[in-house]
Amino acid sequence: MTRLTTYAEAALAILVALIWIAPLLFAFWAAFHNVSDAINFNLTAPWTMENFATAWDGAPWLRYFLNTFLLVTIVLIGQFILCTLAGFAFAQIEIPYKDTLFLLVLLQLFILPEVLIVENYAMAARLGLLDSILGIGAPYMASAFGIFLMRQTFRSVPKELDEAARVEGCSTLGVLWRVFVPAARPTYLAYALVSVSTHWNNFLWPLIVTNSDTTRPLTVGLSIFAAPENGVNISVISAATVMTIAPLLILFLIFQRRFVQAFLRAGIK
Amino acid sequence: MAVSTTDQRHTERRRRTIHGWLLLSPALIMLTTFAFYPSIATLWASLWSRGTRRNPAEFVGAENYTRLFDDPTFREVAVNNLFYAGVTIPISIILALTMALWANSKIPARAFVRTAYFTPTVLPMIAAANLWLFFYTPGFGVLDQIGALFGAPSVNWLGQPETALWALCVVTIWKESGFYMIFYLAALQTIPEDLREAARIEGASRWTYLRRIVLPLLMPTTIFVLVNALINSVKLIDHLFILTKGGPSDSSKLILYYVWENAFAFFDTPAAAAMTVLMLIILGAGAALQFLVLDRRTHYR
Repeated sequence: MTRLTTYAEAALAILVALIWIAPLLFAFWAAFHNVSDAINFNLTAPWTMENFATAWDGAPWLRYFLNTFLLVTIVLIGQFILCTLAGFAFAQIEIPYKDTLFLLVLLQLFILPEVLIVENYAMAARLGLLDSILGIGAPYMASAFGIFLMRQTFRSVPKELDEAARVEGCSTLGVLWRVFVPAARPTYLAYALVSVSTHWNNFLWPLIVTNSDTTRPLTVGLSIFAAPENGVNISVISAATVMTIAPLLILFLIFQRRFVQAFLRAGIK
Repeated sequence: MAVSTTDQRHTERRRRTIHGWLLLSPALIMLTTFAFYPSIATLWASLWSRGTRRNPAEFVGAENYTRLFDDPTFREVAVNNLFYAGVTIPISIILALTMALWANSKIPARAFVRTAYFTPTVLPMIAAANLWLFFYTPGFGVLDQIGALFGAPSVNWLGQPETALWALCVVTIWKESGFYMIFYLAALQTIPEDLREAARIEGASRWTYLRRIVLPLLMPTTIFVLVNALINSVKLIDHLFILTKGGPSDSSKLILYYVWENAFAFFDTPAAAAMTVLMLIILGAGAALQFLVLDRRTHYR
């Protein structure tokens, strides 16, 4: 009896797993077949790359890829610099009202840039950041989450290391650069994975800030390309979708363990 | 001599404090520019009427809020969002827990199962919406084709008010459950194996063990996931842009999407500001919940 339930449970778990990846499998299937074969599930139909060719010619994808790449890079560099400096200050330096300040920073975890679209748009306009990649990235650079993460990491660095470096005559920034940053390497890696996948996938704010192909990231480009008004068929949409998710998906499948650990490290507070 | 060393220590400390401020300032300036100032500006803007070239904006107090609550569209959108939260939050959490229990037990193909559950997390919501379009499209969509095998009539899942919001909920649950799963999985792996042994020796059934031992131990994780799910029920609207655009007749419109429409399509900034303030209050409640629980958790240790 218990054996039976165990088997049934395992079967159910696998069934759910299959359902979970079914949308992806269907997209792959549709991307490599012409429309009528795709929607009729003609299993013997020949495979084709034509949808990819059509999709590729339908939008400046290379530019979108470049924009997304620039975007995630700029955001990551900005976050690393700002969060490292602030996290270090919160972890290691005595500052009056530090706890109050830190609580204020944590508030930003809940004042999401997504929710503040109206005023952030006004701010980006004032700063001349509209329709620029810097404008897409700017609201995310001083990430409360990143500051929190770096603070936690820097706090666990042994005091002796810090003191030893100081005795050797290192300045504050020297200590940060030579002692703390190297010690936090795993945290940086985890944070980078989470940040890159978040901003690779981000949509609403980039949609609002950009209005030309020279700045649009992949997600916005894809949404315009696949809009019903464009009348593109489902196989071509699937091809475009597969194309845009492929880099991140392949990265994920290769570094799966790292990804999961990164999300965990980033989430558990 | 003694005076000069205390003096020296004093200047040293002051130097450190100044360094501290210098280190903090870039982040604080950016946070002020893109979080604190905009929040206050939103609150302020929500108290003013919509200015035109002829009539400058006037201070109207709570009028934008009363106008909002009188707006039948807003009421529908608010109810939709409550429904969206009420459906996606509990189902995602229960699914996530179930998935974690499966992924943590000794079943065949465990690695595959785990990967399959987690994969939607790394996809952009826009791409996910495109994938699901293939399921929902009437006529040749996968759901309709499966339905046709059983003789069911064609259903326009995204095109009718009764099902559109459900269809969006399904996509959200699909996208988020695997993400929440990993937190449960991590928490499950910290539960010592002896507890299970002890429970078995005591003659407790698996269900009792789960309910009396595992679930209470997972409580902090559940709160964490709950707050995250709450945040997502406010901010996760990307798929609306592809799947329904809030339609048909507003039946699947959510608050943030309505904010976007008000601000960037209808140019009714005061209404958008008032709604943003309401969302910030909801998120603030989530924050309070988490801080309270986090506080309790530190007492435990």
